[in-house]
Amino acid sequence: MTSVLYDTPGPRAKQRNVVLTIVFFVLLALFLWWIWRTMDDKGQLKWALWEPFTTSQAWTTYLLPGLANTMKAAALSMVIALPLGALLGIARLSDHRWVRVPTGAVVEFFRSIPVLLLMLFAAAFYVSSTDISSESRPLYAVVTGLVLYNASVLAEIVRAGILSLPKGQTEAALAVGLRKGQTMTNVLLPQAVTVMLPAIVSQLVVIVKDTALGGVMLNFTELLNARSTLAANYANVIPSFIVVAAIFIVINFLITTFASWLEGKLRRGKKSTGVVLGAAAVGGTEAAGAGGSI
Amino acid sequence: MFDFLDGYDVLGAFWMTVKLTALSALGSLVWGTLLAAMRVSPVPLMRGFGTAYVNIVRNIPLTVIIVFTSLGLADIFGVTMGASDDFPLQGFRLAVLGLTAYTAAFVCEALRSGINTVPPGQAEAARAIGLSFSQVLGLVVLPQAFRSVIGPLANVLIALTKNTTVAAAIGVAEAASLMKTMIENEAQLLLIGAVFAFGFVVLTLPTGLALGWLSKRLAVKR
Repeated sequence: MTSVLYDTPGPRAKQRNVVLTIVFFVLLALFLWWIWRTMDDKGQLKWALWEPFTTSQAWTTYLLPGLANTMKAAALSMVIALPLGALLGIARLSDHRWVRVPTGAVVEFFRSIPVLLLMLFAAAFYVSSTDISSESRPLYAVVTGLVLYNASVLAEIVRAGILSLPKGQTEAALAVGLRKGQTMTNVLLPQAVTVMLPAIVSQLVVIVKDTALGGVMLNFTELLNARSTLAANYANVIPSFIVVAAIFIVINFLITTFASWLEGKLRRGKKSTGVVLGAAAVGGTEAAGAGGSI
Repeated sequence: MFDFLDGYDVLGAFWMTVKLTALSALGSLVWGTLLAAMRVSPVPLMRGFGTAYVNIVRNIPLTVIIVFTSLGLADIFGVTMGASDDFPLQGFRLAVLGLTAYTAAFVCEALRSGINTVPPGQAEAARAIGLSFSQVLGLVVLPQAFRSVIGPLANVLIALTKNTTVAAAIGVAEAASLMKTMIENEAQLLLIGAVFAFGFVVLTLPTGLALGWLSKRLAVKR
């Protein structure tokens, strides 16, 4: 084992590690024991509270419709935000100052305010200025908030993707007589998309997680909201939280695994230029900007 | 023009946001450092715990965690953070707890990547000249690691600032919750939106610029 921090352990280090393992194990066991005992005291371990999850009714009535809404909002947001983000990202790289500067301001603005604010604003806006029916309003508001925020995050990813390409690509394209637009659409963008695919996929995790905001604040009937209806029916607060959290973990874990698989595949691929924007790129492509999409 | 602000404590709400951010930042820095220490420790059980914690917590929506602190921790487990009959205070402390638990996972990952940027040869050289483990860690590895993660940590801090709005879900009177109330009671939607958006731009943009500048200045050039 090569690590910056420690060598291959000698006899004393081995002994110390065993002591540390035992101490940590005891602390962890005590903590888990406390959780178990409290849950038992409050009757949250009774089989009757867990049984609903083995029947189809709890799933078909509450969880699956909630999950479907979560996925619907996430998918819609992604599909709308992606082209919008690409457009904003390209516009930010424009040669014209009057395109570049306003786009930059828009992107930085929507990146620096919380999604929840955007959702609340969108919800109120749809009430006051449109005639969208009240039952589809939460979905519209959630998707609007997510699109505005994620389009600007994706814009930064696209920009970083294009900037990561070797300069020679643009020079060669211009040298063979392509126009600026053609260079972008035929040469740069296709390569940039491959480079930033993993980063785009992992942005999906952020979107899936943020749909839960709509459940609490806008009464959008997604998974977290379905949980409260379910718990009101079966009085199983803790079990319902555990099941819903587990569903989120599984979905997001699958997305993350897919993203890193894709990243590895692209890195090994022959056609790419070797640069891949991984999941980490989502965190903040520019240190100066108000990044951080967690 | 701004008379719709009368009767609302906008500054107080933003002060609550700032307090939530500051306390959670402090808490998650401590807890995140501990987690990072576990993840790079030579003890397999600790490494396993750190890995499991980060992977589980990162994939749960913050909203689920915050709502759980109120409905699960406080109501079922009786964790009231020493404020069992003062509900606003209890909500505030629970929100800090939830934000800390969530943000620490990201702090941990940032710090771990920072430790990984230090070339192993440096630690080997430090050991070769006879430095002890704590000297290697304290004099050679950590100073470089911390300087290289200021940028990522700044992003985590900015995300945390924005994430504090989720505390509105359990009734903490911070900016997002006041915005919701004002939108319901006043007709000036655009102006209200602009005021709160401006507030967050003021909170996040200078942080990003200052820490971005600092990270460029302090980064170890290799």
